[in-house]
This record gives sequence, C-alpha cells and structure tokens, in this order.
Amino acid sequence: MFNRISFNLIQVATVMVFAPLVSGVLARLKERVQSKRGPSIIQPYRDLWKLFHKDEIVSEDSSWIFRFTPYIVFVTPVFVTLLIPVLTNYPLFFAFMGDMLGGGFVLALGGFFATLAAVDSANPYGPIGASRTRMVGFLAEPVFMIVFFTVSFVAGSTIPYIVQEKWVTPLANFFMPSHVLLVLAFLMLILAEGGRIPVDNPTGHFELAMIDESKSLEYSGRGLALMKWGGQMKMFVLMCIFLNVLVTPWGLAGTQSLAAVLLAIPLVLFKIFCFLLVLVVIESSLSKLRLFRISEFLGAAFITSVAAMIAQVFLP
Amino acid sequence: MSEATNQLLENLNALAGGLFLLTAFGMVAMRQARGCLNLFIGQSLLLATSAALLGLRYHSVHLYGVAVVNLISKPLIVPWLLRKTSPEEVYTRREVDQALNIPTSLLIALALVVLAYFLGLPLSNAVEPEFRGPNVSIGIAGLLLGAYTLTVRREAVPLLLGILAMENGAFFAGIAISRDLPMLVELAIATDGLIIVFIMGVLTRAVQKHVGTTAVGGLASLKEAAVEPGKGEVSGK
Repeated sequence: MFNRISFNLIQVATVMVFAPLVSGVLARLKERVQSKRGPSIIQPYRDLWKLFHKDEIVSEDSSWIFRFTPYIVFVTPVFVTLLIPVLTNYPLFFAFMGDMLGGGFVLALGGFFATLAAVDSANPYGPIGASRTRMVGFLAEPVFMIVFFTVSFVAGSTIPYIVQEKWVTPLANFFMPSHVLLVLAFLMLILAEGGRIPVDNPTGHFELAMIDESKSLEYSGRGLALMKWGGQMKMFVLMCIFLNVLVTPWGLAGTQSLAAVLLAIPLVLFKIFCFLLVLVVIESSLSKLRLFRISEFLGAAFITSVAAMIAQVFLP
Repeated sequence: MSEATNQLLENLNALAGGLFLLTAFGMVAMRQARGCLNLFIGQSLLLATSAALLGLRYHSVHLYGVAVVNLISKPLIVPWLLRKTSPEEVYTRREVDQALNIPTSLLIALALVVLAYFLGLPLSNAVEPEFRGPNVSIGIAGLLLGAYTLTVRREAVPLLLGILAMENGAFFAGIAISRDLPMLVELAIATDGLIIVFIMGVLTRAVQKHVGTTAVGGLASLKEAAVEPGKGEVSGK
C-alpha cells in the first residue's frame, strides 16, 4: 500500500523532472540534423528558472480564467501521470481512478482552459490560434475515440495497464494488423496534438502562422513558466502512453522493489530517446502543411484507425 | 511447423493485408502521380510478401512462384515501362485534380471497404477453415478501391495505376483461395498487365502530343471545331 503510493509519486516526479529535458534534447537533435550547434539540452530548465524569477504582468481586462489557466495546464498532465504506466507494468495506487478515456478527458480539460484563456486576453492573435487549435482538436477527436474503442475491444478493458499486456502475450500479437495500424494512427495523433511539424511548427514565431504557440502569447513570468512546463509534461505523458502502452511495453518494472522502479527510469528515457530520433526524422523531412490540408492529414489518421478497427472486428 | 510459428506467419500475413489496404487508400488520396506510383510499388511488394508468407505457411511452391512473378513484373518493369512510354510532364506536375475533394473521397472509400468486408466474410466463411484469412475481404476491398480510383481520377497515369491496383486486389484475394494455381496463369496475367501498361503509356503520350496535357478529365469538354474545306488540320485545344 505505502509502496504503491510512493511509486506513484516517483512516477509524477519523473515526469516533472524529465519533461523539460526531453524537449531540450529534441530541440538540440533538430538543430544537429540541420548542421547547427543548437542550444544546450538543459536550456529548458534555465528558461523555466529564469521565468519563475521574473515578474508577471496580467492584463487588467482579463478575468479569473486567465489567472487560473496556468495552474490547470500544469496540473492536468500530473493527474494523468497517476493513471498511466510510466515506470511499472502493474497498476499503482491511483490507477483505477480512471481509464484511458478519463485520461483523455483530463488532458482535454487543460486544452479547453488554455483556449478560453487565449480568448480571454484581448490579444487578436490568441483567438486565431485558439480557434485553429479547436479545428485540429475536433478533427483529432474521432481518431482518438476509434483508437480507444479498438484498443479496448482487443484487450477487453480500457485500463492501460491491462492493454499493454495484451500486445505481447503471445509475441505474435505484436504483429496483428490492428496493432500496427493503431500505432500509425496514434503517431499521427501525437504529431497533431503535440503541435509537431506536419501540423504546426513548434519553433515558429510568426504570429499569423501559429497554432499551438499563440495560446501562451499573453503570459509572462511564472504563468508562462507553468504553461511551458505543462506543455512539455503533456508531450511526455503522450509519449509514455504511446511507448509504454502501445508500441514497446518492455523495460518497465515488474516487481515491487524500489531498485526495479528506479532502474526503469533510464530504460524509459532510453525508449523516449529512440522515439525522439524518429520524431526528428519526421520533423526534418516534412514541411508544415497548409491550414486546410490539416483535415487531409487527420483524415488519413482517421482512415488508418478505422482500417485497424475493421481488421479487428471482421477477423474471420 | 509449430503452432506459435504458424500463428506468427498468419499475423504477419494479416499485417501485410492491413498495409495493403492502407496503400489502396493512399492511392485514392495521393495528389502526385509520382506518389501514386510509389504507393503502387509498395502495394505490389506487400502482395508478393503475402504470397510468400502464405506459401511458407501452407508449403505451396506455386505461391512462391506468384511472389517471384509479382516481385519482378510490378515493382520493377511497370515503373520502367511507364517511364519509357509516358511523357515526363506527368511526373513534374505536382497537383493532380480529382472529381471530388480528398476527405470526401476518403470517406466514400471507407464505405466501400466496409461493403467489401460484408461481401468477403460470407465468402471466406463458406470455404474450409484453413482457407480462411483476411485476404479475401482485403482483396475485394483493393478491387473496389481500384475501381473507385478509376472513377474519380482525371489524370492518365493514376487511372492506369487504378486498373493495376484492381488487378492487385484480385490477386490478393486469389492467392488465399486457390493455392495451386498453375504457373502459366500467373505468367499470362503478369504479361497482360505489362501490355496494358505499354498501351496506356503510348496512348498517354499520344494524348499529350495532341491536346498538350495528360489531364484526361478535360477531354470531356472538347468540342468539334468547324473546319473549312481544304484548310488543314484541327488543333484540339
């Protein structure tokens, strides 16, 4: 009992501590691919440190939503971390508080408040970005649903800990068409939800072309730090769901000892590093899609997920 | 062979089927002629993979034959022939127009796939259990999607690839139903496909020479021009 609570807290600490590192490594890798030196991999930590020590300026015309949003954006990924397998392959104390749909809803809550806050400040660029995020969001929603339903159809459960067992017992299950197609669809979803390149340019600073970035335009100081850290944690959590539940359910702690759980941290980070390499290849070889092409990209993701569902449901 | 290996082979075959279906979707959605060609090559490779896996699973030499014939004729000779016969303009132009916009045609394609499964399931349930597999339904889906590509495309080379995709789909269903197809039939079909490519390629070149484009959808609006007697030829534009 005490063990399980403490492991759960170790999970949360892992996500909080290593999320900025992941985004730093990703930025560095991208620059290296383009033959540039790039910022240090601990630059995101320095940014957060600097922002936490700066004054925060809040517009007089904004309401309480604007002030509360950074905390909500920061807290929602932490909540989801309690539900999903980050380090262990057995359910921890809070794992049955909600299933994957619940986790999806909690993550969506953060996005919802970020959108409201962007509209709340009277900055004209905020609402543009917010409405675009909603557009991407509502196109991604059906894909999310079909992925979840197919996964739960295969595994007979929506608790992620049970799902991850299913894909590797026996190992032949790993090559089921529904599994591979789901992985493809979820990868496209991560690109869309995380604001990565074919959908949105995370390093772009041109306001008219922004999608995800423009929601934090009005924030400064501590609020901006929390928004950034929250965004990095959301990406980390999505990658954990993708890698630990869908793609590679290996390398997690199987026993209830502290050493095994601590050993799982470098293994999980290694998996994430391998995924970052794939992500860098995708980001460096594609160009950003025009806004109205995004529906085609997510349409392709939808088709992939429905193909996975058909292949599963009509299994002769 | 052990039960686990058989299971693995069947799953790998099903995976090839799933990816086959995805390439068929891709050929409906792809904008560039070159991309269509690459998807077609991928689809043919998956067909050959599936034939080889089924051959391994059921110890059938004929299926290895199908795999080899497919491996040589479609991914290698078809692109080479197309390059030789059809004009370069097909590949340099990026945007290929369609009768419907892409999300709509993807949704229609999805409905066709569901239809294919409804047709394919009774068929594969009617045969003996060892012949069951995803191949029949996916093959019918490939056939229907190829036909659909033929309907919505207005460009010569993607139209041709639609025909070839239909043939791929028929093959994909065929290798699961009849494991002992004589080699002669394989070779005949493969040669047939190559002849289709050759004729269509030459035809495309002729169309491009006379009309100036390979967007054959526009040919529907061509009008007969009045020719004064003794005044030479008609320009088609």
